[in-house]
Amino acid sequence: MATSPLQPWGESVEASSHDVLLIGGGAAGLRAAIAAAEVNPKLNIAVVSKVYPMRSHTVSAEGGAAGVAKPDDSLDEHAYDTISGGDWLSDQDAVEAFVAEAPQELAQLERWGCPWNREPDGHIAVRAFGGMKKMRTWFAADKTGFHMLHTLFQTTLKYQPISRYDEWFVTKLLVDDGVVRGVVAIELMSGRIQAILAKAVILCTGGCGRVFPFTTNANIKSGDGMALAFRAGAPLKDMEFVQYHPTGLPFTGILITEAARAEGGYMLNKDGYRYLQDYNLGKPEPKPVLRCMELGPRDRLSQAFVHEHHKGRTMETPYGPVVHLDLRHLGEKLINAKLPFVRELCQKYQSIDPVRELIPVRPVVHYMMGGVSTDINGATPLHGLYAAGEVACVSLNGANRLGSNSLPECLVFGNRAGKAAAEFASSHGLGNGAVMAQAADEESRLKSEFLHKTGGRERIATIRTEMQSTVEQSVGIYREEASLRAGLHKMMELQERYQDITLDDRSHTFNTELESALELGFMLDVAQSMVASAMHRTESRGAHQRTDFAMRNDEKFLAHSLLYRNFDGSARVEYSPVTITRWPPGERVYGQHAQHPDAKAVQRVS
Amino acid sequence: MADKIVMEIARYSPESDHEPHFESYEVPVKREWVVLDALNHIKDNVDGSLTYRWSCRMGICGSCGMMVNGEPKLTCATFLSSYARNGNKIRVEPLRYFPVIRDLVTEIGGFMEKLKKAKPWLMRASNDQLTEGTYLQTPEQLDRYKQFSMCINCTLCYAACPVTGLDPVFIGPAALALAQRYNMDSRDQGAAERTATLAHPEGVWGCTFVGECTRVCPKHVDPAGAIQQYKIAAVMDWLKSFVTPRGRDAGSQAGND
Repeated sequence: MATSPLQPWGESVEASSHDVLLIGGGAAGLRAAIAAAEVNPKLNIAVVSKVYPMRSHTVSAEGGAAGVAKPDDSLDEHAYDTISGGDWLSDQDAVEAFVAEAPQELAQLERWGCPWNREPDGHIAVRAFGGMKKMRTWFAADKTGFHMLHTLFQTTLKYQPISRYDEWFVTKLLVDDGVVRGVVAIELMSGRIQAILAKAVILCTGGCGRVFPFTTNANIKSGDGMALAFRAGAPLKDMEFVQYHPTGLPFTGILITEAARAEGGYMLNKDGYRYLQDYNLGKPEPKPVLRCMELGPRDRLSQAFVHEHHKGRTMETPYGPVVHLDLRHLGEKLINAKLPFVRELCQKYQSIDPVRELIPVRPVVHYMMGGVSTDINGATPLHGLYAAGEVACVSLNGANRLGSNSLPECLVFGNRAGKAAAEFASSHGLGNGAVMAQAADEESRLKSEFLHKTGGRERIATIRTEMQSTVEQSVGIYREEASLRAGLHKMMELQERYQDITLDDRSHTFNTELESALELGFMLDVAQSMVASAMHRTESRGAHQRTDFAMRNDEKFLAHSLLYRNFDGSARVEYSPVTITRWPPGERVYGQHAQHPDAKAVQRVS
Repeated sequence: MADKIVMEIARYSPESDHEPHFESYEVPVKREWVVLDALNHIKDNVDGSLTYRWSCRMGICGSCGMMVNGEPKLTCATFLSSYARNGNKIRVEPLRYFPVIRDLVTEIGGFMEKLKKAKPWLMRASNDQLTEGTYLQTPEQLDRYKQFSMCINCTLCYAACPVTGLDPVFIGPAALALAQRYNMDSRDQGAAERTATLAHPEGVWGCTFVGECTRVCPKHVDPAGAIQQYKIAAVMDWLKSFVTPRGRDAGSQAGND
């Protein structure tokens, strides 16, 4: 690690410096680090992560990664599925770049050793996925994210220019004169607070599912990067678009991958009826049909669940209403070969065996379509700051992400951001004394507001639990003015009470309570931005469904929301147009008879 | 099933303690709760200074390994109810044989160095590398190494391995299994290079084949099997060096034929 303590300004804070600094060591961060190292092997690159990189949440991704791979498919069809799946809120230049580069990125992972499933002849195997008209999802059984992450992490070990700050928690971005110059971070093991300066910083911190009470997201998914960027002056884009995955296990929220439906699983209500046929998703057939029924998009399936519940056709459990996912007809052999992790998770956490029993499932918060606004090279409006992966909003996913687009998004835009940041770092210098003064201020803040604070009364867990239920009530699957307004008021109250929190733990060594307190601060900002963005968008589109504005309104809202923080701490919403290249806004149609405009597209990939 | 259980948890802070001690906490037992849920209950409601790692809560990130009643376990996959009988207690300690940073958090920097020593990346001869497209690999070829690719780096096997306990330099089960994962991969040509590290006494020959690593592995990786394969392959290579005129036959890389 290139840590050379620099204290020329008489401040107490130590500093190290790098050319390119990655915040986060999941798929996007590690891919970006390798990309930067390959642009210019002389660059000094570092990955800061609050966990060891192989613990990153990419590890939990199950079903697969989409990229056109077979002769019956085309880039245009992948683009159309993505754009219609996103209810036309995707920027189509980003989509076109994505579908073109995803196959190359997935092949690159193969050449680095990723154990993709194969056809008998040794070629890559692909599976069906929700909202996709062709089979194009590469997979490594149902542990695709795990294998991708470990392959990437193990590959980074051979790159000498890449060093790591494992278990360092970033608390602030250092910004001088509109340029991001590095971060302040806490080394968890020692409690040391240090500035890490860099010519370019890339945020790859992932999502923020933990602002909700019921989520597939790991404990570490507290929206850190979104809040860091927002506080530094970068806008958050499309934060009202939250994805509920239709099949989570009750209580734990553990994800049962969409691949379970792609392999042929049925969604059944309490009468054993395949209820999705009642929601404009096509007719039930014994075998899975692409873009139909169980292979519809996630927003529509989760919304259908709410309607089934209102009709009294779900089942009550101590952990909320559920429907059933039925895999029994697939047989033990297929389940073991293609869905071994699903079986393992059901047996371990639900005490049921999907070979013989129905799986109880309910919609669960899974993914944030919104994030730090970037261009198609990952650059944010702040010079020197880049973002890629779930923390970013490019925007590829629009109003609803299709399953298996997020893993390749990490690769494609991680690669692009890594290259762009490396080029920026090659032609720019480090910050000056002003950022060290900021770092000293940040150290003082951490001490006075947390470690040395006296007289606080609020417990972290209390505020966190109240925030989570507020967010669920105001920006759940369906939203409306009154609950959004109530949510905003409650969020302001929680922000105030957060100022009054107290810590049991005042020590320096591995202070996880301090970390939780800082994460809670990030989550409050992110939660507030979601509620505010949802209140201003008075239409329904994709995952943002307003009961009081039930229709899509292209005239007014074919636009990205951009939430900015004002100097006085308040926020303002602005809108920017969606980039349309070749696919004018149309109706989202699923089911057997839906026309696919690019079904005869000529662009083929061999 | 009792509705409450006492947890005895190892506490240690280098800022205030000379050595670890146990503190007891009574926690509710709920059918769905794992040991990690009980730790979170204590941290959220009783003592915010209790220190441990966790993240995914679905047995895949590898963060939350601890000793539970003397056995290395992933606490997110170990149910309270299986201990909550007859006034039993649950004793939770940091993973054995690792230095302790605080409470239940171990120092794994040494483990990370060992992983790197296994050179866990795909190696190809420079004149035999694809720069685009994909290598071919049949499902049968995938099956040969797939099991060894399942390691989540949770380090339970190090806490179970008596050799690791006696000899901290021993590279250990997970790193050896990871080396074998690449050696057995039909796309890899780096077995000979890995052998340089692993044929060393600190490498594969350090293992006395107790098999505890395989027994405790939550992902059925079978590190002991990997190590045995490796030893056999290494011996075969060594024997071949006597019968092949120019020493090692380049085609007989350990485990790769």
